[in-house]
Amino acid sequence: MSIKINSNRCVGCGRCIEVCPGNLIKRNIEGKAFMKHEKDCWGCTACIKECVVDAIDFFLGADIGGTGSTLSIQSKGDLNIWKVKDIQGNIQEIVINKKDANKY
Amino acid sequence: MKTRIMETDVLIVGGGTAGCFAGITLGKQEDVKVLMVEKANIKRSGCLAAGVNAINAYIIEGQTMQDYINYCKKDAEGIVREDLIQNMSERFNHVTKVLEDLGLVILKDENGKYVTRGKRNIKINGENIKPILAEAVNRQKNVDVINHVNVTDFIVKDGRIQGAYGFDVNHPIFYEFHAKAVLVATGGAAGLYRPNNPGFSRHKMWYCPFNTGAGYAMGILAGAEMTTFEMRFVALRCKDTIAPVGTIAQGVGAKQCNGQGEFYGEKYGMATSQRIYGTVTENREGRGPCYLGTKGISPEQEDALYKAYLNMSPSQTLKWLETGKGPSAYNVEIEGTEPYIVGGHSACGYWVDQKRETTISGLFAAGDVAGGCPLKYVTGAMAEGEIAAEALVDYIKKVNYSPIKEKNGEKKKKEYEDYLTRGKNLLTIEQVEESMQKIMEQYAGGKSTDYRYSENCLILAEKKILKLLETLQFLAAEDMDDLLRIYEIRERLIVCRTVIAHLLARKETRWHIFAENIDYPYKSDQWLKYVNSRLEDGELKIVFRDLVTGGQVYEHKN
Repeated sequence: MSIKINSNRCVGCGRCIEVCPGNLIKRNIEGKAFMKHEKDCWGCTACIKECVVDAIDFFLGADIGGTGSTLSIQSKGDLNIWKVKDIQGNIQEIVINKKDANKY
Repeated sequence: MKTRIMETDVLIVGGGTAGCFAGITLGKQEDVKVLMVEKANIKRSGCLAAGVNAINAYIIEGQTMQDYINYCKKDAEGIVREDLIQNMSERFNHVTKVLEDLGLVILKDENGKYVTRGKRNIKINGENIKPILAEAVNRQKNVDVINHVNVTDFIVKDGRIQGAYGFDVNHPIFYEFHAKAVLVATGGAAGLYRPNNPGFSRHKMWYCPFNTGAGYAMGILAGAEMTTFEMRFVALRCKDTIAPVGTIAQGVGAKQCNGQGEFYGEKYGMATSQRIYGTVTENREGRGPCYLGTKGISPEQEDALYKAYLNMSPSQTLKWLETGKGPSAYNVEIEGTEPYIVGGHSACGYWVDQKRETTISGLFAAGDVAGGCPLKYVTGAMAEGEIAAEALVDYIKKVNYSPIKEKNGEKKKKEYEDYLTRGKNLLTIEQVEESMQKIMEQYAGGKSTDYRYSENCLILAEKKILKLLETLQFLAAEDMDDLLRIYEIRERLIVCRTVIAHLLARKETRWHIFAENIDYPYKSDQWLKYVNSRLEDGELKIVFRDLVTGGQVYEHKN
C-alpha cells in the first residue's frame, strides 16, 4: 500500500512533502515531489488531502488485496469527495460532510 | 553540519496528541517560553494522522470514574497505577469539551447530549482531529514549533534534565536545545517485530510506524526508570488492512466467529488480550479463519461503515470497494497484529509520579511514552499532556536554573557526522531492520509463534539484539534522511533490549498474547507487582515495585 504521484500534475508546491508524517516524500531535481520510501507508507492519506492539484493517488499493494484501483479525495467546502477508480477506469464516489459525525 | 543552539523554558519533544495538548495548555502561561520539536509536521504527525473514529474514553451518563478505573484494572489484570488512571479519567470530559470548542464535530441527540457508543465512547467526525489540535498549538503566542527536527538524546546532568540534542531531517543542521524542563511525548514503538504484511505493505500496521520508541530509548539511555515493558500490546484487526474492528463490532453489533460459523468470543472472555487469544487459539486448533460476522447487515449500515472508515482508516473502504466484497455480503476476516510497545493501551512506559514527572528531575512524560496508565486513548493522552503542562509550569518556577555549556554537544554532533562521512559498505539500514524484526519474531514471541516465548529463546534474543546494536556504528548515511532512519533503528533496538529483559523478569503468564510465557504458562498472585528497569553503567537492572492501588498515591523519593 502506498501512493503514486503524477509528476505531470505536480506543481512542486511541496505541501505533501511538508505534511507526510513519515518524511517519506522528497523533491526531485525538477523540483517535483516523489515518493522516496514507497514501502514505508502508513496509508494515512494526509498527502492526498493536502494536494491542491489532485496529483496523488493512494493504492493497495497486491499483498493486501490491491488490484490496481486508486483512491483520491477532493475537498469542496464542507464536503470531502472520495473517489475510487478501478483499473478499467470506473469511478465510484463517496461524499462525506465534514460536519456529520460517524454513525458508528 | 551547522550548529543551532536554542534556549527555552519548556521543551516539548513530539507534537502528537499529548504534546499538542500540552502546548495548548502552556499557551495560557504567556510568560513561559515553549519550544515544540517534531520530527515530521504537527499537522498530521503521530497516531492521529488519518483521523480517529470515536472518543473512546469518556465518562458517559450512568458511568463513573471508578467504573473506568475498574475497567482498566480488569483489562490489565491488576498491573496498573490507580493513582494515574484516576487523575487521567477525572479530565476525560473536560478535554473533550476543549476539543469540541476547538472545532471537533461530536454527534448530539435532540436534547443536545452527546450520542454514546457502548459504555465509554462518544461519536465524532475525527478525520480532521490532528489539524484541529495543530492549528490550536500554532495560535499560541508563546509556543514555537520546529517541524522536521529529530531529537535523539537528552542532556542530563546530576539527575536533572538540561535539554536535548537532535538534527534537521532534511538539512545538515545539528540542534542543541537548552531547557529548564522537558516534556517527552514521542509516542510508543512500532516496528520492533516483523509486521503482519512483511513485504510491500510493511507499514500497513495498527500503530503509527513512525513512532519508533524515541522517547523510551532516550529515557532508557539517560537512566530513567521504566515500567511494565513486558506488557506488549497486540490489537485485533481486520485482515490485511489492519484497520480497526471496534467500529464494526460496536457499530453493527458484529460478533467474532470462526470458520465453522461458531461465535467464540464469550468462550475466552472479552478483555482485549482475551479476544485476540481466542482468535489465535481458534486458528491454531484448526477452526480458522476467524471473522466478524457482518454478513446480512443492511445497505445503510454498509454505507455508514464505508464512511466511518474513510474518516480514520481509508484503506479498509478501498479494499471493500476494490475487491467487491463489502461487509453486507461477506464477513470481515480478522487477525492479531504484531506486538507493539505502547503505553496508551498497555501499561508500559516511563515510571512517573502523579504529575507525570519521570525519575529524571524536570523530565515529564505524557501519552504513549508514560507508563502505569493504560487505555488512555485520545482523551487520556490529552489529559496527561494537560497534567504534565500544569506541573511543568510549577517546576520551572521553583527550579534554580543555570544554563550549562555542554561540551557533549560537540561529541554528539561528531556522532552524527561520522555516519554522514563514513563510506558506504555492505551493511544497510534495511538489513539491520530486517535482522531485528527476525530476532524479535522468532525468539521473543512474535506473531508466527502465536506470541509465545521461552526463557532460552529470550536469552538468545538478548544476545543477538546486543550484537546488532554494536553493528550500528558501521552504518553509513548518504544524507539526513538516512541519518533519521539510522536513529529510528537505534531507538527500536534499545527498546527491544528492554522488552526482552522485562519478558525474562516476569515469570508468569499474566496476559495471554501480550506476554505468553511458555515456561510459566499460568498467572500467579505473587506476580501482582510492577516489573521496572533502569540502565546503570550499561547494565539493565530489574527493580520490582509494589502495586499502587485504590486510594494510594505514589511519589518519587529522592
